[in-house]
Amino acid sequence: MITEAALAADIAAAHAAREPLLVQGHGTKRAMLRPVQAARTLSTRGLSGITLYEPTELVISARAGTPIPEIEAALAEKGQQIIAEPPDPRAIFGGDLPATLGGITAANLSGPRRIAWGAMRDHVLGIRAIKGDGEIFRSGGRVLKNVTGLDLCKLLAGSHGTLGVLTEITFKVLPAPEATATLAVTVPDIATGVRAMSAALGSPFGVSGAAMVGQRALLRLEDFADSVTYRSARLREILAPYGDVALTDDAALWRDIRDGVALAAAADDAVWRISAAPSAAPAIAAALPGAKLLFDWGGGLVWVAGPATSEMHQAVITAAGLGSYTLFRAPDALRAAVHVIPPEPAPLAAIGARVKAVLDPAGILNPGRLRA
Amino acid sequence: MIRLPDPKPDVMARRPQIIAGLARLLPADALITEETRMKPYETDGLPAYRQMPLAVALPRTTEEVAAVLRYCHENGVRVIPRGAGTSLSGGALPLADAVVVGLMRMNRILDVNYDDRFAVVQAGVTNIGITKAVEADGFFYAPDPSSQLACMIGGNVMMNSGGAHCLKYGVTANNLLGVKFVTIEGEVIDIGGTHVDAAGYDWLGLITGSEGQLGMVTEVTVRILRSPEGARAMLAAFDSIPVAGAAVDAIIGSGIIPVALEFMDRPCIHACEAFAHAGYPLDAEAMLIIEVEGSLAEQDALLARIRDICAKFNPISMKLAESAEQSLAIWKGRKGAFGAVGRISPDYLCMDGTIPTGELAHVLTRITELSQQYGLGVANVFHAGDGNLHPLIMFDANDPESFARAEQFGADILRLCVEVGGCLTGEHGVGIEKRDLMPVQFTPGELRLQRNIKSAFDPAWLLNPAKVFPLEDNPVLAA
Repeated sequence: MITEAALAADIAAAHAAREPLLVQGHGTKRAMLRPVQAARTLSTRGLSGITLYEPTELVISARAGTPIPEIEAALAEKGQQIIAEPPDPRAIFGGDLPATLGGITAANLSGPRRIAWGAMRDHVLGIRAIKGDGEIFRSGGRVLKNVTGLDLCKLLAGSHGTLGVLTEITFKVLPAPEATATLAVTVPDIATGVRAMSAALGSPFGVSGAAMVGQRALLRLEDFADSVTYRSARLREILAPYGDVALTDDAALWRDIRDGVALAAAADDAVWRISAAPSAAPAIAAALPGAKLLFDWGGGLVWVAGPATSEMHQAVITAAGLGSYTLFRAPDALRAAVHVIPPEPAPLAAIGARVKAVLDPAGILNPGRLRA
Repeated sequence: MIRLPDPKPDVMARRPQIIAGLARLLPADALITEETRMKPYETDGLPAYRQMPLAVALPRTTEEVAAVLRYCHENGVRVIPRGAGTSLSGGALPLADAVVVGLMRMNRILDVNYDDRFAVVQAGVTNIGITKAVEADGFFYAPDPSSQLACMIGGNVMMNSGGAHCLKYGVTANNLLGVKFVTIEGEVIDIGGTHVDAAGYDWLGLITGSEGQLGMVTEVTVRILRSPEGARAMLAAFDSIPVAGAAVDAIIGSGIIPVALEFMDRPCIHACEAFAHAGYPLDAEAMLIIEVEGSLAEQDALLARIRDICAKFNPISMKLAESAEQSLAIWKGRKGAFGAVGRISPDYLCMDGTIPTGELAHVLTRITELSQQYGLGVANVFHAGDGNLHPLIMFDANDPESFARAEQFGADILRLCVEVGGCLTGEHGVGIEKRDLMPVQFTPGELRLQRNIKSAFDPAWLLNPAKVFPLEDNPVLAA
């Protein structure tokens, strides 16, 4: 075990020495984004444990190094779950240890339920964190509605440890559903699949997952059992024009979509995630002939696997168009050489540099992780 | 009374030149400088505070907003962004040396896309205006602050507005895809887009709820949702506040997330009943309004589950709406709560702290004690599912001493909210009203950090200064 105070003192010392740090929990996503040039590793893995759980208030707090499965198990005991359904990075990156809460929050990673219920970041209610000069700060709190002061929770969620080291995260949870059902529509092409998913997501039936694997568009319902029965029947009517509809109840299916397993990437493939308007998905697919593709979030998230080359990377950037992209997994040489996420317009980059200087004045936290 | 910074003497002295400078950037009808015509802009939803601004600009385009901000930046003039002026925390209160930049003329809906479920609207479109534009096609925009007939989406973004249905649908921040953002230097930046979770820093999340401290927003891309098949409410009345609180816990603990879960105490029930004749039980100490959504059969099933849970807490009465009309009748009193309290007291202050719901009974007992101590009435209505309290403190604005007591009473309630693990404001914002209470919730280091982030966007503190952050220890405003 380590303490937050000890971690803060360590960061303060690194700040004074201008010593760059690789910030990580279990290091599950080390091969994501750009390689970090650091003098040493700063790990939050010793900072572990659930610190507060109030099921009737839908709130849980845990230290950053707490493994996600430990949190899932505690929630399951009270019939609740993590809303954003975060992926298990081991499927894409390998390794033995599961992701930590700090890592999943810092990467803002969300699974299929994101399209209906929001991202990991949407449910963060409060954080404790350490600035790059060792100063501890809090933002938000433990209540569901809070607009007091600037929302630094949102800023740090998704900053990949470059703006501060998360030490404790408080987030909203929801009851786990009583029943789940999946409707699978066999569609002739991607465009039809995306239209089917749009029709389902635009229905009043609370679809909580909309993905496409191969020729099948998959629509998930989660609710009380009688609701799921009723809604499955109604949704089936809506989906009928798009192809043959079958009812399945395969939990492994959604886990494979969540984790990117359904992408079936080869061991030496690079992996990208493109976020775009769902209706752009067919054009994205057309622009990436030969690539392996997996569609989630109604088509708004496109997982791509293909050769780990700068040509392929450029093709992904072109295909993403107005959307956003992340080079999710690649060999170091490629990750170091390209924009792994879209560059920002100059005025925003200037603001970003000033905000970074406020939170990490010596630039020691994960230097180069997001941008060169 | 909360202190405002002294006007900058040099800006006041240059007023004619500044007006002439702005006049070159805007059409003649977009600049207001006569006192009589600026009168509507001297206050907002916190009318105890009033201040005539230097001038009022009412641009129609993003380019005009950018030009005004650029001019103000180059000339050291302070800017007060304004939507509909419904802020209950004084977020749009002018300063004597500031230009109010009002967005109400930017009121067009630019795009609606049902396949991708978004709408692009200008910042001056009203909250209800978005839903009105899409409801014929079966869609709606979820956050529904009670000022939704008037308040504008630009203001909603700046205050991260909530509403009665946040428990299920989240607040403004959870329903946005992108904004067109204008910096104080006049740079126009598209943030986000029509996709979710862009890679990189979440500027959209930081801007949302920033109360005009970081920049202005001229266009907003919101998520629109398909309306549920139907919704219906029920009412459950209890003979004590702790029992009602326990019923709320039991409902949430059972796995049901009602779309709304509202709580009213005895003074509020009485005020609303006198006003709306909604059939509220006058012998109750606490009453819940619980709304569920779905098909008729689904509504029946959920209401039956909730009724069975409430029955375990010896309710005085329960009423399940059997039709949409009966549902509206149940809501009628709640929706008119602020107006109802306005009928029994000449003026009231509406507080907005949030508490962990487990602290409900303790906090309401303390509020009752404080009410006696200050000699001022209070009615409590709040969003029970998320712990967002709205105590309405009754006072007489014609009596300055009564107003001072009301402000102190309110401050004590908010200190109590923080003490039990909650916060100063759940949805109304800090504004001017709660500015000087910020040190109750944040350490000096945390306030310095937030101020430094504001400085990263607005180094000279020209954007909505004197709000949110206490004036003490402020290196820029104090200079």
